[in-house]
Amino acid sequence: MSPRVVLATGRRVLLQLRGDPRTLALLLLVPCVLEALIKWVFEGTPEVFQRVGVPLVGIFPLISMFLVTSIAMLRERTTGTLERLMTMPLAKLDLLAGYGLAFAAMATLQAVLVSFVAVGLLGLEVAGSTPLVVVFAVLNAMLGMALGLFLSAFARTEFQAVQFMPAFLLPQILLCGLLVPRDQMARPLELLSYLLPMTYAYDALSRVAASSTVTAEVWRDAVILIGATALSLALGAATLRRRTA
Amino acid sequence: MAVSDAAISIRDLVVDRGGHRVLGGVSAEVAAGRITGLLGPSGCGKSTLMRSIVGVQIVASGQVDVLGLPAGSPGLRSDVGYVTQAPSVYLDLTARQNLDYFARVLDAPDQRVAESIASVDLADSADRPVGSLSGGQRARVSLATALLSRPRLLVLDEPTVGLDPVLRGELWAGFRHLADAGTTLLVSSHVMDEADRCDDIVLMRDGAILAAKQREQLLAETGADGVEQAFLRLVGAGS
Repeated sequence: MSPRVVLATGRRVLLQLRGDPRTLALLLLVPCVLEALIKWVFEGTPEVFQRVGVPLVGIFPLISMFLVTSIAMLRERTTGTLERLMTMPLAKLDLLAGYGLAFAAMATLQAVLVSFVAVGLLGLEVAGSTPLVVVFAVLNAMLGMALGLFLSAFARTEFQAVQFMPAFLLPQILLCGLLVPRDQMARPLELLSYLLPMTYAYDALSRVAASSTVTAEVWRDAVILIGATALSLALGAATLRRRTA
Repeated sequence: MAVSDAAISIRDLVVDRGGHRVLGGVSAEVAAGRITGLLGPSGCGKSTLMRSIVGVQIVASGQVDVLGLPAGSPGLRSDVGYVTQAPSVYLDLTARQNLDYFARVLDAPDQRVAESIASVDLADSADRPVGSLSGGQRARVSLATALLSRPRLLVLDEPTVGLDPVLRGELWAGFRHLADAGTTLLVSSHVMDEADRCDDIVLMRDGAILAAKQREQLLAETGADGVEQAFLRLVGAGS
């Protein structure tokens, strides 16, 4: 791995985002607007906002980074820039780490902003530390990026790539415990939820929201999230081929 | 030509794409420090042959050696410049931002960016997003990228498609300048008149090589006045 290439790639990805102010605005503002929407939709039952508000701070970056990465990587494949990079002295890990760096920066910005809006303006209560919420939001963004990178290999067009969101992320949103506590689901679904990474994202953030002590479960969730990210990145790296048919 | 002069050596190369045999046992050599034109109609396998040379093509069998190493070897990654038919650059970045990025990946010195931009005559539009440039300008950004590392071998897939004749002339003068400085160039085209600017000619048709020789020799042997006529005679003789 080469720090020079990683930094150059991260900078290039951020330049591409900066050149697209509308995407940038959507990335940063939409999660804030949705948090506000949830607060006022559950005006009559404020405990719902208190329960899902913090986990959503982390789930938004997961979804947006999944979408941005899968489209960005699909473009690298279809426009031939990936093939060009593969003929150059660049390790696959350099490319992945460069994307990771750029999106970690974006995710931090996104998470800080949405935490500020939710906690500062909308009155969301966090028993644990708010910086820890941001840390988990960044971990989730990394997971979203890694999943997007891997799944983009199976899309030939941007239409298909966009459809992977409802296909792969929506079931996880339904099963992670956000809508219904997992022990109240049909038993097979509860068991299935243990296999889905977003479950651990939700669990970790609700624990941070509910308690000021960082429990062993929070650490375990963090390890599982990082493990799932590493696994998807490894699978994603395997889909980057120097030689193609 | 002697084997030691060959920058590229291809032996019995077979490539299948999408269940079809695109190259059926092709052998050829490309001499170092010269401009070799790879000519033939669209769909004859030129791009596949070039992809095999730069090492991005999965091959069924055969051997391709480039600058003494198997094609696609990690040691070749700074020595071989490759320009695909579609401009492989980031459309949402400017030409300069594209070149800055690729220069860092290639570990090329910073001043190469300005030199490459100047060599393809793009200084005036270097700070506009590539997506807002014309097709010919995009192709030149892609070409400038391949020049960054001062490669010993340049593989150019139809680099002059859609360019006006003045610019085409300038680019070919640039290719000649590079060859004089020792760079080996392999340039594909389906426009036969470009062949008359090459030192050596490889003529392809239907996944096979019809002829691979010095241009003068090809013309003398076929009694043609140009490469187009030589191609027609070779095809006529074969049928």
